[in-house]
Amino acid sequence: MAVELKMPALSPTMEEGTLAKWLVKEGDTVAPGDILAEIETDKATMEFEAIDEGTVGKIMVAEGTENVPVGTVIAMLSGDDDDSAAAPPPVEDVAGEGKDVGREPSQAEVTKPVRAEPRADPEIPHGTNMATVTVREALRDGMAEEMRRDERVFVMGEEVAEYQGAYKVTQGLLDEFGPKRVIDTPITEYGFAGIGTGAAMGGLRPIVEFMTFNFAMQAIDHIINSAAKTNYMSGGQMRCPIVFRGPNGAASRVGAQHSQNYGPWYASVPGLIVIAPYDSSDAKGLMKAAIRCDDPVVFLENELVYGRSFELPELDDHVLPIGKARIMREGSDVTIVSYSIGVGLSLEAAEELAEQGIEAEVIDLRTLRPLDKQAVLDSLAKTNRVIVAEEGWPTCSIASEIVALCMEEGFDHLDAPVLRVCNEDVPLPYAANLEKLALLDTARIVAAAKKVCYAE
Amino acid sequence: MAKPARTRKAAAKPNTAQADPDFVLHSLQAAHEKSRRYDASDEELMGFYEQMLLIRRFEEKAGQLYGLGLIGGFCHLYIGQEAVAVGLQSALAEGKDSVITGYRDHGHMLAYGIDPNVIMAELTGRQAGISKGKGGSMHMFSTEHKFYGGHGIVGAQVALGGGLALAHKYNEDGGLCLAYFGDGAANQGQVYETFNMAALWNLPIVFVIENNGYAMGTAVKRSSAETEFYRRGTAFRIPGMDVNGMDVLEVRAAAELAFAHVRAGNGPVLMELNTYRYRGHSMSDPAKYRSREEVQEQRDHNDPIERLKKELIERGKSEDDIKAIDKAIRARVAQSADFAETSPEPEPAELYTDVLVGSY
Repeated sequence: MAVELKMPALSPTMEEGTLAKWLVKEGDTVAPGDILAEIETDKATMEFEAIDEGTVGKIMVAEGTENVPVGTVIAMLSGDDDDSAAAPPPVEDVAGEGKDVGREPSQAEVTKPVRAEPRADPEIPHGTNMATVTVREALRDGMAEEMRRDERVFVMGEEVAEYQGAYKVTQGLLDEFGPKRVIDTPITEYGFAGIGTGAAMGGLRPIVEFMTFNFAMQAIDHIINSAAKTNYMSGGQMRCPIVFRGPNGAASRVGAQHSQNYGPWYASVPGLIVIAPYDSSDAKGLMKAAIRCDDPVVFLENELVYGRSFELPELDDHVLPIGKARIMREGSDVTIVSYSIGVGLSLEAAEELAEQGIEAEVIDLRTLRPLDKQAVLDSLAKTNRVIVAEEGWPTCSIASEIVALCMEEGFDHLDAPVLRVCNEDVPLPYAANLEKLALLDTARIVAAAKKVCYAE
Repeated sequence: MAKPARTRKAAAKPNTAQADPDFVLHSLQAAHEKSRRYDASDEELMGFYEQMLLIRRFEEKAGQLYGLGLIGGFCHLYIGQEAVAVGLQSALAEGKDSVITGYRDHGHMLAYGIDPNVIMAELTGRQAGISKGKGGSMHMFSTEHKFYGGHGIVGAQVALGGGLALAHKYNEDGGLCLAYFGDGAANQGQVYETFNMAALWNLPIVFVIENNGYAMGTAVKRSSAETEFYRRGTAFRIPGMDVNGMDVLEVRAAAELAFAHVRAGNGPVLMELNTYRYRGHSMSDPAKYRSREEVQEQRDHNDPIERLKKELIERGKSEDDIKAIDKAIRARVAQSADFAETSPEPEPAELYTDVLVGSY
């Protein structure tokens, strides 16, 4: 049985090469692993090894020949064995098109699935008692309820157990659930994010707390490469139900390395869910949804909001839908899109605007990925003017994304350009006056809203 | 989760290692040196031979298909290292233990008995591939076999393996995690973060450094201050074992000791498996960092498959018996290549599936 020896592709990009040197001659007996020839690619000289045993037959391409296309038959090898299985399977290929062998270009139309309308928030039954709780407590209660409900849920992170949480979000969890389920880690974000991710792959439901998301940059490889991509890369076999949570964005006077909004970073990654709630009800309802979610979730909190109190319905199981925005205030003149701490500033701005006769609608995105595009477009259709208030840098931001959305899908409704109202495009300074100048504030939101209403 | 705190060390206490009676870093190595080779039955020996040969022939075929343009991207072959995966994984409790590795993963999957067809079809990027053609050579998984990949980022599998071990302990399922990585990955910071937590929390994990001498093109001595990798757990109180990875029976004997230690609740073990890869780091590696003679020397005098073949003949197997096995394995591999080539590519609609599990 004769085997055709073909010019091999020796790198992902190689299309042709030089047959630099034959190391065997016709009639030589070769064994698997013997070097037959040296081939020069665009990058290097490579050795071409025998795969099968046999005797070298006719050499079809002489040494020194340049530009030999991948797939060209360069020599024949006759098998010592009667075994035809050693021969490579027959392939109809075209010289020079080795990369396309056996691959049909796809003719079929690729239909992108349309996202279903996100579920609405569940109705709060009439007469439900409203409790006033801080965001900090709401987050803790959400975690505790899910830990009671599902044995697989556990919390790990720096100072989450004995210290009760660096920002006291995990207060009381160690007492109730013990050290098996509330685990203090050493200060090794990359390592424990990987361990948490592996535990989720192994069937548990970890909540990984980062003391702040600034430190998660050490761990971002596991969040993106390990957690977000695995379900896709495994063809849907291997899931990663994990929640990465912690405070995000600027705190107060902690300088550039501790003050950054990672919302746009994570929201750009397919395979992740990104949630950034504002008030207590959303914090609890979305935390519970995140823990039950079969996908990896990045849950962005805000240190400056932890201590604020809001009303929260006292329900047995307060779970809110992921991917659904919330209208915080109705208005007819201009839409202010925001999330996280920006929502509070936007609501204040709306009050000021109302005093000046402008009725602003305030939308809290709540989930940054998948984005509730329809909520934004519906509001745009109503007010015809949109600004985005974001506590974060303007470049490649969620605000940029909303601008793109309005241009692509809401252009006909626009009566003014969509404006981004963000932090200044600088690392956050320490000095009190400079910090104040750098950060998003109510005055800037008011000014932008008036500008798009041509009311200056 | 934390184990009971040790007695607090006095700040200036000298020579603590010798004074500490439970410092067992050398006990496993000492036990291994006493009896290096596993006493395999004829049947087991034949099984090891067949598995190693399947990996060898499969990888040769993969190299060939790569040359034909049927396999794209990066493709890292396991040729030369077969005894490591076969020796270690033959000692696992199937269905209980988990395995995780890096991107040189074909051999570990074959050693687990995963169907060569679906592995080869993944390499050619077909719908029938184990990851539906969406993963490729470096990203293959079989949760059914508790094989958790197949990871493309050097060292990531070590921390992920720590998580799998944490899940074994959390669920009290009696399983352990076998986490493979190379001499290159052994210099990654997260490896040591994981060593620390695995030892601190007594996780059931066996760290396996497959030291094939080169991190891509960088020889161990050019990249590593401590080239005796089995010692690298010392700072975390993880016992180390220095194992000849070119002899499947030595590997298996070492695995028995290491697994028993971990299963007894003693926490992690670090094994260094000294091995050699005959091919380049990946298919596109011209391998100019070593001499042809060095490779030939290993092939001629240290080949794990030839070593076992000799042993089988000494035990009375005939050349014909062995040739029959070779023939059957070649046929099996040819069948997998045929399957991989004739299977259709993924449906275009697969582009959008498996991004998320839920719908929101």
